[in-house]
Amino acid sequence: MSTRLATSGRLIDRSKQVAFTFNGKRFTGHAGDTLASALLANDQMLMGRSFKYHRPRGVVASGAEEPNALVNLGEGVTHEPNARATTTELFEGLKATSQNHWPSLEFDVGAINQKFARFLPAGFYYKMFIHPRPFWKHIYEPFIRHSAGLGKAPDAETRDPDTYEHFYAHVDVLVVGGGVAGLQAALTAGQSGLKVLLIEQTAFWGGRTPVDGGEIDGKSAEDWITEAVAALEVMPNVTLRTRCMGSGVYDHGYVLGYERLTDHAPEADGPRHRLWRIRTKQVVTATGAIERPLSFSGNDIPGVMLASAVRDYVVDYGVSIGDRTVVVTNNDDAYRTALTLKKAGLSVPAILDVRVHVHAPPLVAEAKAAGIRVLEGMGIAKVVGGQRVKGVAVCSQAGEGAMVEEIACDCVAMSGGWSPVVHLWSHCGGKLLWDEEHAFFRPDASRAPTGADGLPFVTTAGTANGHLHLNDALQDAHSAGKIALERAGGKAEAGAVVPQAQGPDEAAMTPVWLMPQGAGYELKMKAWLDYQNDVKVSDVQLAAREGYESVEHTKRYTTLGMATDQGKLSNINGLATLSNALGEAIPQVGTTTFRPPYTPISMGAIAGEARGEIFQPIRKTPIHAWHEKNGAAFEPVGHWRRPYCFPKDGESKHDAVMREVKNTRESLGLLDASTLGKIIVKGPDAGRFLDMMYTNMMSTLKPGKCRYGLMCSENGFLMDDGVVARIDEDTFLCHTTTGGAEHIHGHMEDWLQCEWWDWKVYTANVTEEYAQIAVVGPHARDLLEALGGMDVSKDALAFMEWKDGELAGIPARAYRISFSGELSYEIAVPASFGQAFWDLCMQVGAQWNITPYGTECLHIMRAEKGFIMIGDETDGTVIPQDLGLNWAISKKKEDFLGKRAQERSHMTDPTRWKLVGLLTEDKSVLPDGAYAIKDGRNANNQRNTQGRVTSTYHSPMLERGIAMGLVLDGPERMGEIIHFMKDDGETLVAAKIVSPVFYDPEGEKQNV
Amino acid sequence: MQQFPCPFCGLRDEREFHFAGEAGKPRPDTTQPISDADWAKYLFYCANAKGASHEVWVHTTCQEYFVMTRDTVTMAVLGTHALHEVPA
Repeated sequence: MSTRLATSGRLIDRSKQVAFTFNGKRFTGHAGDTLASALLANDQMLMGRSFKYHRPRGVVASGAEEPNALVNLGEGVTHEPNARATTTELFEGLKATSQNHWPSLEFDVGAINQKFARFLPAGFYYKMFIHPRPFWKHIYEPFIRHSAGLGKAPDAETRDPDTYEHFYAHVDVLVVGGGVAGLQAALTAGQSGLKVLLIEQTAFWGGRTPVDGGEIDGKSAEDWITEAVAALEVMPNVTLRTRCMGSGVYDHGYVLGYERLTDHAPEADGPRHRLWRIRTKQVVTATGAIERPLSFSGNDIPGVMLASAVRDYVVDYGVSIGDRTVVVTNNDDAYRTALTLKKAGLSVPAILDVRVHVHAPPLVAEAKAAGIRVLEGMGIAKVVGGQRVKGVAVCSQAGEGAMVEEIACDCVAMSGGWSPVVHLWSHCGGKLLWDEEHAFFRPDASRAPTGADGLPFVTTAGTANGHLHLNDALQDAHSAGKIALERAGGKAEAGAVVPQAQGPDEAAMTPVWLMPQGAGYELKMKAWLDYQNDVKVSDVQLAAREGYESVEHTKRYTTLGMATDQGKLSNINGLATLSNALGEAIPQVGTTTFRPPYTPISMGAIAGEARGEIFQPIRKTPIHAWHEKNGAAFEPVGHWRRPYCFPKDGESKHDAVMREVKNTRESLGLLDASTLGKIIVKGPDAGRFLDMMYTNMMSTLKPGKCRYGLMCSENGFLMDDGVVARIDEDTFLCHTTTGGAEHIHGHMEDWLQCEWWDWKVYTANVTEEYAQIAVVGPHARDLLEALGGMDVSKDALAFMEWKDGELAGIPARAYRISFSGELSYEIAVPASFGQAFWDLCMQVGAQWNITPYGTECLHIMRAEKGFIMIGDETDGTVIPQDLGLNWAISKKKEDFLGKRAQERSHMTDPTRWKLVGLLTEDKSVLPDGAYAIKDGRNANNQRNTQGRVTSTYHSPMLERGIAMGLVLDGPERMGEIIHFMKDDGETLVAAKIVSPVFYDPEGEKQNV
Repeated sequence: MQQFPCPFCGLRDEREFHFAGEAGKPRPDTTQPISDADWAKYLFYCANAKGASHEVWVHTTCQEYFVMTRDTVTMAVLGTHALHEVPA
């Protein structure tokens, strides 16, 4: 059993008890424990179930690389899934539950899957669920969704009560990793006086060295670390942060750090997580290395752990995993675990070393001297046990797994060698070298990530650079610090003394990718590579047999390394297995791409302060507050919020819209049109410029007049429309769509700056300078006359004219334009007068039952008149000719944007779908976007189509559904009936092709 | 996140910028007949250089368009200049 030892545990405070619960059961641990160490101290080895086979799983590692021990933390609003028990610091009242099991962790129904493991091989989902097609939606998918997944997603209705923040830092040298290499690199860089930031993901400094031992400058490693931190703390140019992970390295020296401020103390004030947005001249990655598992049968049974983790739990937390530990290794480092256990008074029945030593290296000799039995050339055939390790079957590594001996034990400490943590080096393009001697990838310094100046900006240090020996790591860290500070423009301190470290030399390791090397299928299908996603040696070999040669494809097919741990333990083993199966060298097969973040970071940290109301700034018209107060139902339009309609008490939105249309058409309506884009185009060449921008002729427009214009891209497609008013000889005001203002202004500037740079034109986006209010309906003129101050009679202000003046004492510009077919004026007043003018209209207009209306009423009225809407009738593939707008395309102009493109063969194709009106036979409203079907099927066996709906509404004036659509040969097929398919893919709706002008086709209402 | 030097404002984060097309691609003289092929070349074809690439970018906060030469492989920024300037 796993238990707390009487002594040792350098990180825990035995005088402080900490109470917590796991699956509702009460436990106690000590201050300084992780959730994993506290559970182990209470003999809670089983911590979760695996993803696919629901195998019982215990902790494997002691740090960020842990694949198994994922738990749900907290409950209700603080619930968080997939927290690694190994990096969760214990606090009073912590509540954790295990994941992916039903009904209980100890007894799980889904574990039946492992009985069928033979039938759930790599690519199972692809192979099994592809046929029959309808089964996917109704049977397979619900089943998979129910049984797959690890932690529970937080309830969509809960809101995270914690706060998060972003923090910007600008430094010369960023050192990631606070082990001895990181400390030394920071010391070297810090002594130059440059601005240095050192971040460490755990809560303590020094990394693995205090556990692994060794002396630095004649001091214990721990003492040296304490002194180094003290030295850094007094440097005013150096900032240190623990619990701060280097999450990702991005272009041009941009690095994200993820600081967990109160995860270990939830009651503390302040933000929970902080995202550091760091811009640095140089990065030193001193990110250490991760031990690799060995691939033998049963290597996932709880009690099988990384050798380094076994000794971490003893030294750091005073926790033993078992009383009898068998160590299995291909290198010297794992002997440290055997020696540590022995020193702690625990039993090590044997060390299985796949190597045969002619001369025992120091650690091997020390183990033998300590009386530990070392079996050379041996490995594990299989682990005996179910929910816990009971023993191991020993075999010769060179053989096929014939057992030579069974050793009873309750813990297996395995070591397949070490892999440098190259993630941060690789994020921004750093390349790797395959190191044959140590069987790992390490950074290739000659192909470092490069910055904006094309020069390297990342250096790697210590173990992360492949230097496993303590002294090598320290020397390398000093030189990395020196390289970084010099590249950052600093000068190394003259005569800096580099500390010297002493530690035992280690013999070469022997790569082992399968144990024993001749293991048959029965053993291989229990030899796990990826614990979290349940990928085994047999799966990767099957993928290779099925023709997967690329490591990226194999990864996706088998899901190797695709779990939340991103394959920190499995990548190299999986890759080696694949390259063996393909008969290629490992460096030829290569690695998958390393992508940020290094370990998952919270969505809260990514969002920072940008949540709720400040998630995205909302643009508000000067009348927005009035809309809110008067019950507007809003809809987003670009960054604006516009009233969709103004429902009265108890009124549905639909009823409100119908009322708004009727009241406006019968009496008087009021629309806040302030969001419409308004761009001033001014200068001697303004007319010439607008002739290029619009399809129509704008230069001939007389001051005081308005003209509706179409704007096309150089590709010929319709991109925007609006009314242009000529203010004076040199000045035009161009109205754009609400969503188009910024884009169209940019479009104009693009052409003015890049192509016609010598034309004398100035543009300004004055959208927000004005409140623009549409006064619409038969009583529109009555209202303006009642307000008084401007002659708005038919003769004084004719259709498509504008004039400046005053209305009720407010400076106003009145445009007589109409998007509804009614008598209509759009009144622009300075933004600061917007609310006052609106209030006056409402007040004085009351006698005509003035009705404020929203965007939906606007849409229906324009559709009743057959007016197009950018974004409804257009989608980036529609040209004005498709919409019957040929009248707005000048034939006199030599050129305009889109002219030449509209002459291309596809644009002049007579079979292009064209705009028509559509009236359903049963008066229903056609589904938006519905397609009109045609006889026959296309090459993909889909129904042929001959048109689609672009706008569709219920018209309160006609009391029926009306629609516009693009239809093959539409304008020539007036009166013909075609059929549209409903969303269900079965029901057809008959509709008659008609003119798109449904209401007041003669325009009598506006011509008054 | 990359940083680009706007010739008018100095070094800023890339999110302040928009790509605006390849540099040195003049609009054909549309007063003269242009073949479909030539027009398609102008509209749709770009060199999409691997390595040094000359591009027009706009700094959205000051709305100035400018020319940037950058390495599309290494993301190195080789230089920027205002449209009316000739690079040294």
